[in-house]
Amino acid sequence: MLEIKNLVVQIEDKRILNGLNLTVNKGEVAAIMGPNGSGKSTLSYVIAGKEDYEVLDGEILLNGENVLEMEPDQRAAAGVFLAFQYPLEIPGVASMTFLKATLNAQRKARGEAELTTPDFIKRVNAAATQLEIPKDMLKRALNVGFSGGEKKRMEILQMALLQPSFCILDETDSGLDIDALRIVSEGVNALRSQDRAFLVITHYQRLLNHIVPDTVHVMSSGRIVKTGGKELALELEANGYADYRETEAA
Amino acid sequence: MPAVQETIDQVRLIDVDQYKYGFETEVEMEKSPRGLSEDVIRFISAKKGEPEWMLQWRLDAYKRWLTMKEPNWARVSYDKIDYNDIYYYAAPKKNPAPKSLDEVDPEILKTYEKLGIPLREQEILAGVEPQRRVAVDAVFDSVSVATTFKEELAKAGVIFMPISEAIREYPDLVKQYLGSVVPVTDNFFATLNSAVFTDGSFVYIPPGVRCPMELSTYFRINEKNTGQFERTLIIADKGSYVSYLEGCTAPKRDENQLHAAVVELVALDDAEIKYSTVQNWYPGDAEGRGGIYNFVTKRGDCRGKNSVITWTQVETGSAITWKYPSCILRGDGSRGEFYSIAVSNGMQQVDSGTKMIHLGKNTTSRIISKGIAAGRSENTYRGLVSAHRKATGARNFTNCDSLLIGNQCGAHTVPYIESKNATAVFEHEATTSKISEDQMFYCQQRGLSAEEATALIVNGFVKDVLQHLPMEFAVEAQKLISISLEGSVG
Ligand SMILES: Nc1ncnc2c1ncn2[C@@H]1O[C@H](COP(=O)(O)OP(=O)(O)OP(=O)(O)O)[C@@H](O)[C@H]1O
Ligand SMILES: [Mg+2]
Repeated sequence: MLEIKNLVVQIEDKRILNGLNLTVNKGEVAAIMGPNGSGKSTLSYVIAGKEDYEVLDGEILLNGENVLEMEPDQRAAAGVFLAFQYPLEIPGVASMTFLKATLNAQRKARGEAELTTPDFIKRVNAAATQLEIPKDMLKRALNVGFSGGEKKRMEILQMALLQPSFCILDETDSGLDIDALRIVSEGVNALRSQDRAFLVITHYQRLLNHIVPDTVHVMSSGRIVKTGGKELALELEANGYADYRETEAA
Repeated sequence: MPAVQETIDQVRLIDVDQYKYGFETEVEMEKSPRGLSEDVIRFISAKKGEPEWMLQWRLDAYKRWLTMKEPNWARVSYDKIDYNDIYYYAAPKKNPAPKSLDEVDPEILKTYEKLGIPLREQEILAGVEPQRRVAVDAVFDSVSVATTFKEELAKAGVIFMPISEAIREYPDLVKQYLGSVVPVTDNFFATLNSAVFTDGSFVYIPPGVRCPMELSTYFRINEKNTGQFERTLIIADKGSYVSYLEGCTAPKRDENQLHAAVVELVALDDAEIKYSTVQNWYPGDAEGRGGIYNFVTKRGDCRGKNSVITWTQVETGSAITWKYPSCILRGDGSRGEFYSIAVSNGMQQVDSGTKMIHLGKNTTSRIISKGIAAGRSENTYRGLVSAHRKATGARNFTNCDSLLIGNQCGAHTVPYIESKNATAVFEHEATTSKISEDQMFYCQQRGLSAEEATALIVNGFVKDVLQHLPMEFAVEAQKLISISLEGSVG
């Protein structure tokens, strides 16, 4: 589903990704772990199409299509979703309004009809109930004054609503309390399917107890330096990244 | 920039400016001789069948105007206007004073149809809930071509008619109030208007009456090289209420055209006037060619105790906007409100704001201004809040926010505060912000195009003001704001 070959990316003359290779198959849940500053968020931004990054080499293919030539909104319509590490605030725009605008924009881009308001509300309510998001929150301006955990939950609500085929979760677990972690994980698990792939960026094995990955990748200095099964996460939890930092020096 | 975006931009360039109302109507017009003179004023007065006192009023204004200088303190710049190169009167040749819609030139009716302005009462009535009805006075260049729901309003005692008709039919009311809020000598443009005004609306709401529907005037400049000088006078007698909306558009032309209106509002004891404007005059093209010079004087007088005047404006059009809808808070306990959204794009220049003059005791005022600048435009908020010696307990709250889109535009805030009373409490807040790239990316990541994202963020920014517009116009205004910002990103 997602194929990244030899990706080299810099920002303001600073190399961040150094020939990264990564493949995620349909139906797969891939976890990425790695030290702070190793380039995990950068990778997610580059996949989603953030402007500031300069791609010097390599390619990103989503279902065989060159993603790098698309605008961020086209990538979104093609199925890319990024749950942000730091979700943005949109003052004055009710969460409900935002959800409706984005859902309809994607439907339009895919040549589907806009949802009727009752239909839309039904879907939002269903997703909000599952994620235990109170309805009042949907009336408030998006993410404005939301707690860290509420923002993360709102990201997953958007994901549930937009039904993307390639989901990137950038440290969705950080800032979540124990109950929220379970609720959010259940939300994610409910979306797991044969046609959908996940890239889960996290620092903690704990999340992977809830969202059990098929593969775990270790990222260091802008490269995937090791790939393994879910047991790799346990190993990292026990030993830290010391082994992989050496790779970096080599 | 990825190839796809380039293609989109190429396509967009084909139609740089997005002004949707720029078409022209072909009708034969009768005009005054070009330029301004006593004879031209006599011509206008005669065309309107005015009584002698009105002509005299105009001539006095004209004499005064000849001694005045054009103001230059606003943060706008434009080539000198040649006041003798303008036509001051233009009216459809066929039947300039139609008695019913059947007599109106079909081309003109078509114009309003294209603009989406309902002039046929039957059509408005069909399928629409009664409380949603809006009475319209349609002013085409210098004359009113149709006024709807006049009879029904008359039943409630409400007078709603072109001001030229009111001068003939209700001379006492007009004489009593005309120029009582904006004196003939007020300022260069107001004085010019007093000399040459052609049409506009007159509204009188009798004591205790709540006007049964929204009133509105729709101004259309069509003729080339013609100025529009409308005059509106609204009087809300004791304990009455009226909500009034004004809209305006003009064809695309390479020359600038002058629009110098005067609006006067009078609210007597316990009366309330809500005056909303959706201003969408042609703004000129991407290079700043053409567009309307919108130099207007709007002022409300809260003459009676506990009276309320609310100005709500959505300003998206005009090459230059120079307007400061103000409130004189004369009556004790009276309240003035000003809610403004001013959007500028391309080469537009906006210098707008309000004046809240606290004269009475315990008067309150509230100013919420949202300026949005894009392209290479300049957007200035200029406001005055003052308290007279006798205005004990006066209170004002001002909030001015500016939003910049891109880095070639400018936003400025120029607040003046004058308090001669120690008990007055004036609060002022101001912010300037930019739409951040991170916000844009976030929205685009969720599937919104750059333009949709900008529109959404801007609509969030102006929300506090939009909610003060009558509901059906808020939706219109929201669309209008999006359209005016098209081409500002990408
Ligand atoms: N705009 C920028 N200008 C300069 N350096 C940047 C910029 N954005 C990111 N970087 C740098 O790129 C590197 C990778 O950052 P990134 O956010 O991708 O790391 P990360 O792996 O997500 O870290 P964390 O685990 O702390 O979230 C960091 O050293 C960061 O400082
Ligand atoms: Mg990160």
